[in-house]
Amino acid sequence: MRFIFKTKYSQDINIARHAGDKFWYSLLILVMAMMPLFLDDFYLGEISYICILSIAGIGLMILSGYTGLASLGHAAFLGIGAYTHAFLLTNGVPFLVSIPIVIAVSFLVGAVIGIPILRLTGMYLAIATLALGFIAEHVFIKWEHVTGGNRGMPVPQPEIMGISFYNSIFFYYVCLIFLIVSMFAAINILRSPTGRAFVAIRDSEIAAQSLGVNLGLYKALSFAVSGAFTGLAGALLAHYIGYLAPDIFNIFLSLTLLLLIVVGGMGSLHGTVFGAIFVGFLPQLIAICRDYLPSSIGSQPGLEPMLFGIILVFFILYEPLGIYGRWVKIKLFFELFPTYKRQTFKKQKVFTKSDRV
Amino acid sequence: MQLIQLIIDGVASGCIYGLVALGFVLIYKATETINFAQGDILMLGAFVAYSLIGIMGMDYLTGFALTVLIIAAFGFFLDAVVIRQIIGQPAFATVMLTIGLGFIFRGFASIYWGTDIFSFSTPFSGKITEFNGLIISYVNLSIIGGTAILMSVLFLFFNFSKIGVAMRASSENQLAAYYMGIPVKFIFSLIWSISAGVAAVAGVLLAPITLVDTSISLIGLKAFAAAVLGGFGSIPGAIVGGIIIGIVEQLCGTYENYLFEGIREISAYLVLILTLIIYPRGLFSDKAEVKKV
Repeated sequence: MRFIFKTKYSQDINIARHAGDKFWYSLLILVMAMMPLFLDDFYLGEISYICILSIAGIGLMILSGYTGLASLGHAAFLGIGAYTHAFLLTNGVPFLVSIPIVIAVSFLVGAVIGIPILRLTGMYLAIATLALGFIAEHVFIKWEHVTGGNRGMPVPQPEIMGISFYNSIFFYYVCLIFLIVSMFAAINILRSPTGRAFVAIRDSEIAAQSLGVNLGLYKALSFAVSGAFTGLAGALLAHYIGYLAPDIFNIFLSLTLLLLIVVGGMGSLHGTVFGAIFVGFLPQLIAICRDYLPSSIGSQPGLEPMLFGIILVFFILYEPLGIYGRWVKIKLFFELFPTYKRQTFKKQKVFTKSDRV
Repeated sequence: MQLIQLIIDGVASGCIYGLVALGFVLIYKATETINFAQGDILMLGAFVAYSLIGIMGMDYLTGFALTVLIIAAFGFFLDAVVIRQIIGQPAFATVMLTIGLGFIFRGFASIYWGTDIFSFSTPFSGKITEFNGLIISYVNLSIIGGTAILMSVLFLFFNFSKIGVAMRASSENQLAAYYMGIPVKFIFSLIWSISAGVAAVAGVLLAPITLVDTSISLIGLKAFAAAVLGGFGSIPGAIVGGIIIGIVEQLCGTYENYLFEGIREISAYLVLILTLIIYPRGLFSDKAEVKKV
């Protein structure tokens, strides 16, 4: 077992905790960069999609996993990012200019949405964001001269340095680079005073407030930052899909994002990637399941939502820390080999806090 | 005259929202959790009624009663087996759990009954009555009458029956109720079963209007607006909130041209968000403030 002996305060917020981290993550980035050598276009597309989902997951993780604010309407931000990006590209704005504008727009929208619903917490917030998601979907349908309404909207595939976005290897690298940059941005936000204020709000609003955290400001900021990441993911998703239709950004997508962070592991950035891999491969998994089931059940369209629900319920009941939590447990088991205790991770029962006066 | 006609239609659809919202409120008052699967339970109710009345050819009233009993029993076991496991976990876990359950119910319904749109005959289908130039369909009358009957029964139950008073006591203070010898766990499961039963009533009453398919579970989301408007935690508030939402929706639909296109579909959500921003306590909240901590 590795024991890190800390001699400086700055060690607490180092990006890499020890040399092993540096080695393994560098290796991971290297392997990811060499992927196009081994995989064909189909799998590169899948991995690009997983990268996009991870970026969206980072956005929702900052809001739900780190600030403790639930959002059941995050597909709205994906939609805002995607439509803004497509609209700008259609009007001749170059890709590299469009992306910062998309990020700024979704940041602002997040802040604007965040400010009025700051006063809500817990379930009221969940209900309000659910309603916002529906309203956004209807705006995408009805605002026809920007979004094309139900007819949909083609996404132009621009060229950078003479390489088109149709090239799957190029698109893969774009997604990968954006994922790595987002990951570093998220890590840096979370180890800064801002990020620690988010975590403080999640753990106890009263304690955070008494230590001088401005609740309203930081909650709005969390919404805005979350919106910015998700908007970026939306812009990339627009390229991946190629043709935008409003019903893509429905409540099912919002709930898929929630499934992503719950399955990946609430409150960990590793979780976003694990969750994205899971959600990205879920349709394939279901397709495989269909082959093995009797055709009367396997061919049913209801199978997908049902599996979706079963997985969600299973994780909430039996592994609330998600895949990352399971990984931490397995790692600890081997590190402490003969002396591992199940009780280390026992769920602590608490009295439900009452909101009655 | 047209306005009164619209209001009557609005009241009828509002009663459905109110009944679903009533389910939220009962559960919220007792256990402080929100059941996001309420709309899906309504859908199951409609499907079970379709099986009993439409396929097996039962008499409407018998089928209705049996449906409510089946769904109420289902609600009881849902709480006793699944929901109880996560008591003491953060609110987020309950939200996710009930959303997941909703997906399971919807998936199950579309696998078991299929994705077609079904209907079954009721004594009210297709009949209308005229009153001073107002056209009122029997279906709308059945919804309004059914809601009124159900509300009276619930009122009597909560005020005069021993179990009803025990339920109110457990909602008020779990620990004190437990000390007084009330089996709190059993009572909570019973509240879930009443709430599921109310949703089933709404589902069966609604079936002649929207017909039976999996998309009627979306009613549950609009019912949130009703519950929030009425002040989560007030039983008359839920019904009044539902009726207001129903009327607003009808009016928005008719005067769409003066407002903007498509406002009908989102009017309930707009009311919801405006309520939460301007007056989050809701119209009928007794003393419960919006959760601050």
